[in-house]
Amino acid sequence: MTETLLKVENLKKFFPIHGGLFGRQVGEVKAVDDISFYIKKGETLGLVGESGCGKSTTGRMLLRLLEPTQGTIEFDGQDLTKLSKEEMRKMRKEIQMVFQDPFASLNPRHTVEKILEEPLIVHGVKSKEERKKRVRELLETVGLSNWHAKRYPHQFSGGQRQRIGIARALAVHPKLIVADEPVSALDVSIQAQVLNLLQDLQKEFGLTYLFIAHDLGVVRHISDRVGVMYLGQMMELADSEALYDSPKHPYTEALLSAVPIPDVHVKKERIVLKGDVPSPANPPTGCPFHLRCPKVMGNCASVRPVFKEVEPGHYAACHLYDEQM
Amino acid sequence: MATPVLDVKRLKTSFLTDDGPVTVVNEVDFHVHAGEVLGIVGESGCGKSVTSLSIMGLVPALTSKVEGEILYKGENLTQASDKRMRQIRGNDIAMIFQEPMTSLNPLFTIGSQLTEALRLHNKKLSKKEAAQQAIAALKKVGLARADELINEYPHQLSGGMRQRVMIAMAMICNPQILIADEPTTALDVTIQAQILELMKKLNEETNTAIMMITHDLGVVAELCQRVIVMYAGKIVEEGTVESIFNHPSHPYTIGLLRSVPDMRRKKDRLFSIPGNVPKPGSLKIGCQFAPRCSQAHEKCLKEKPELKALPNGQKVRCWLYEEEKEYIV
Repeated sequence: MTETLLKVENLKKFFPIHGGLFGRQVGEVKAVDDISFYIKKGETLGLVGESGCGKSTTGRMLLRLLEPTQGTIEFDGQDLTKLSKEEMRKMRKEIQMVFQDPFASLNPRHTVEKILEEPLIVHGVKSKEERKKRVRELLETVGLSNWHAKRYPHQFSGGQRQRIGIARALAVHPKLIVADEPVSALDVSIQAQVLNLLQDLQKEFGLTYLFIAHDLGVVRHISDRVGVMYLGQMMELADSEALYDSPKHPYTEALLSAVPIPDVHVKKERIVLKGDVPSPANPPTGCPFHLRCPKVMGNCASVRPVFKEVEPGHYAACHLYDEQM
Repeated sequence: MATPVLDVKRLKTSFLTDDGPVTVVNEVDFHVHAGEVLGIVGESGCGKSVTSLSIMGLVPALTSKVEGEILYKGENLTQASDKRMRQIRGNDIAMIFQEPMTSLNPLFTIGSQLTEALRLHNKKLSKKEAAQQAIAALKKVGLARADELINEYPHQLSGGMRQRVMIAMAMICNPQILIADEPTTALDVTIQAQILELMKKLNEETNTAIMMITHDLGVVAELCQRVIVMYAGKIVEEGTVESIFNHPSHPYTIGLLRSVPDMRRKKDRLFSIPGNVPKPGSLKIGCQFAPRCSQAHEKCLKEKPELKALPNGQKVRCWLYEEEKEYIV
């Protein structure tokens, strides 16, 4: 069994809502509400969910770009939540992030060379020659050319910019890369190129990924295991085969059935959910999904189901899998 | 077969720039029958949105040029006066846009935005009657509390609800043609499923023809009867949904279908089309797809292929199918 690289336990992030005459705290948005998971070395964990489910917040908390409200993040045996700011800054050498919007995440006033050099300067590569060499290496690794180094972000297409974003993340030899919707702004044919690149890099450098996306097809393609989030909670987590072929949670079932499949032979039974995702500022009691769940039962509205193993390696939070009485 | 409700012939839309005109939509021919759902697929920059804007007469007149014919029930819209276009827009041909957040006016209530179109196209309608019709339209798109909603503002609604309002607004004058430009792209999958169901239902009930512009091949397979695949301003393939998905013929269509990750089974590696979509107007000679095509040969780089019909009725613009000369359109 390969070792665990990252272990997240009972992670929570509540954003305060201020209001009233003196700006008192009048409530809180439960963006991430008590989730636990682990990632093994060299594997890809996919996180899916609809907008507002807390998947990006989770990703950002792993780098402490957002401070967790509660919980522990154990990375390589160290609890990240206990580190000081300076220690954490150094730690980010090991954990890097690739962002969604290749248009907004690169500084338009910097050349590609400067963009890629920056993490090297920050993490103490002193010699200029060495940095320049590394930049050339990086550009080659992600399928760009040497002469791209002198150009500015606006001179690149979306796919190429995303390659630059990936190169920047790779610059300091990280162990874990948190990729937050890295392909959702790209066209299908370009998306395939970037996904293939991510897989090649994983093989070459033994990288571990947390891959956050809303596209279920993309997540299945790239992930070894997949977690499904809804309203800040983890609903189901399993090997991607198991999750897609025999989902346990009614939400996962509905989510999977909602995806239109590019195949005219498939005439599938679609579970169309009623209504919208409730606001995380005012989440339903009990199971967060009970208002829209087609299989809702007696205690769903009152008791929050425990996230537990329902089959070996297959976790779900649903009362359907409570001990059969 | 009956005459199509919309017949587009050799449509060519160019934008005038400092470096001369750039052709974004290049000699596009297609038609839509009443009650039909036509899908237009392609990646960003392939000209699918500009095609729809040209039909609506919404490309800026000063900086662009629309050539060819757009026949709506025999009337050529490229020659129509501004006044006539205003009558047609909304009343005969309606459009819904991708961004439900930005296509509603935040300063007006849902009700006033819905009744505006009604009262513009039918001056005799009283305010009360218009409000009644607005409530009925909201109910038709599955919105509960319709009588309260007409007094609410767009920011009070969720994304899915706003897109329903947009659809209600487009359908309120019972248009003959509904142009939907990426109507579900900004929505979550479970909400997308609701909107697709709704569009299917409306199409069946009202016999409105739908032009569905999308980059999502799944949406096409689900909703459309016929498909047009566009690449760099040209139609590269056209056919029924069954034939396109069963026998994609153009290397671009094949590549596009193969590069979508399949949710049902896992592949080791995705097929990917190398390179990028060319900038409009950058390729002057040969097939637009040739630089990215794995099967390109000498001829592809020199001569432009024409759209040819295959024996099964599918049309394809590719030199690989040149032997079938007798089927030239």
